[in-house]
Amino acid sequence: MAQTRTQVVDAHMPTDHELPYYARRIYAIRDLLLDKGVLEAEDIKREIDYIERRSPANGARLVARAWTDEEFKQRLLHDPKTACAEMGIDASGMNEFVVLENTQRVRHVVVCTLCSCYPRAILGRPPDWYKSVNYRKRAVVEPRAVMREFGQEVGDEIEVRVVDSTADIRYLVLPQRPQGTDRMTEQELSRLVTRDSLIGVSDIDASSDASRSEEPF
Amino acid sequence: MGKRSDVTRSAFAPGRWVRVRGDGASGHVRTPSYVRGKNGRIVKCHGSFRNPEERAYFRDGLPRKRLYLVAFETKELWGKIVEVKNDCVFVDIYEHWLEEVE
Repeated sequence: MAQTRTQVVDAHMPTDHELPYYARRIYAIRDLLLDKGVLEAEDIKREIDYIERRSPANGARLVARAWTDEEFKQRLLHDPKTACAEMGIDASGMNEFVVLENTQRVRHVVVCTLCSCYPRAILGRPPDWYKSVNYRKRAVVEPRAVMREFGQEVGDEIEVRVVDSTADIRYLVLPQRPQGTDRMTEQELSRLVTRDSLIGVSDIDASSDASRSEEPF
Repeated sequence: MGKRSDVTRSAFAPGRWVRVRGDGASGHVRTPSYVRGKNGRIVKCHGSFRNPEERAYFRDGLPRKRLYLVAFETKELWGKIVEVKNDCVFVDIYEHWLEEVE
């Protein structure tokens, strides 16, 4: 019988004793679910492909379009799923999402203190630090100290709003367009928009580079 | 997970002051402990959704409950240890956790 894809993939996995405890546990759970027929290998593959197809580049494209097209920006703020569909971004996997506009007077930071809710249907997987207890407890108590660790200083005249996504709403930050970017094309603008600026912890400027400036996870 | 029965009532308007129930419900709840018993202001109503606290136990979560975005000043939440007194924490809270305050 031909090997299933899972068997082929498993042949390349580190052996059990090389994996950390939680990795061994999740693979054991996966194998049980497959053995008992609760899941098919195809189901797992489909979910992995779904999440891997999503990335912060989707958020960056929305932001760059909003910076250059005021009417699109209003649609993004008032009917974000429709605005995503216009850009060919499939946000149907989310119940609702809300875009939080940063201004001269307000900066937003998104967290999920209860677990790790994140707009995965648009941005894909969240970074490991976003899921950490350290971020989740500190973001609601000392957001400015957290933002400082990400290189963002916020003056006292600016209000910081920490948004704790405790329910089915997912949040995306719309950062302010940096100074000195008037001549940039929409595509060049989208390359400035980092994943961390969409979460709100980082700021961006005209020299930001979304492709290299942050750890992948 | 004893709960009092919920009565239908009119929505809280944006700007209204509300207080989060201080009594702890057990089981799967999505209202974080740091806002229990605290006062905040309604920012908006997101609409009505099936109650995730019921759905976690394979119940249908009906009737739908209104979900509110509520703003809490950091000084209300944390008192003297806050960095800047004008900052806020916005939290999504279901209507059955909220009481009106004058």
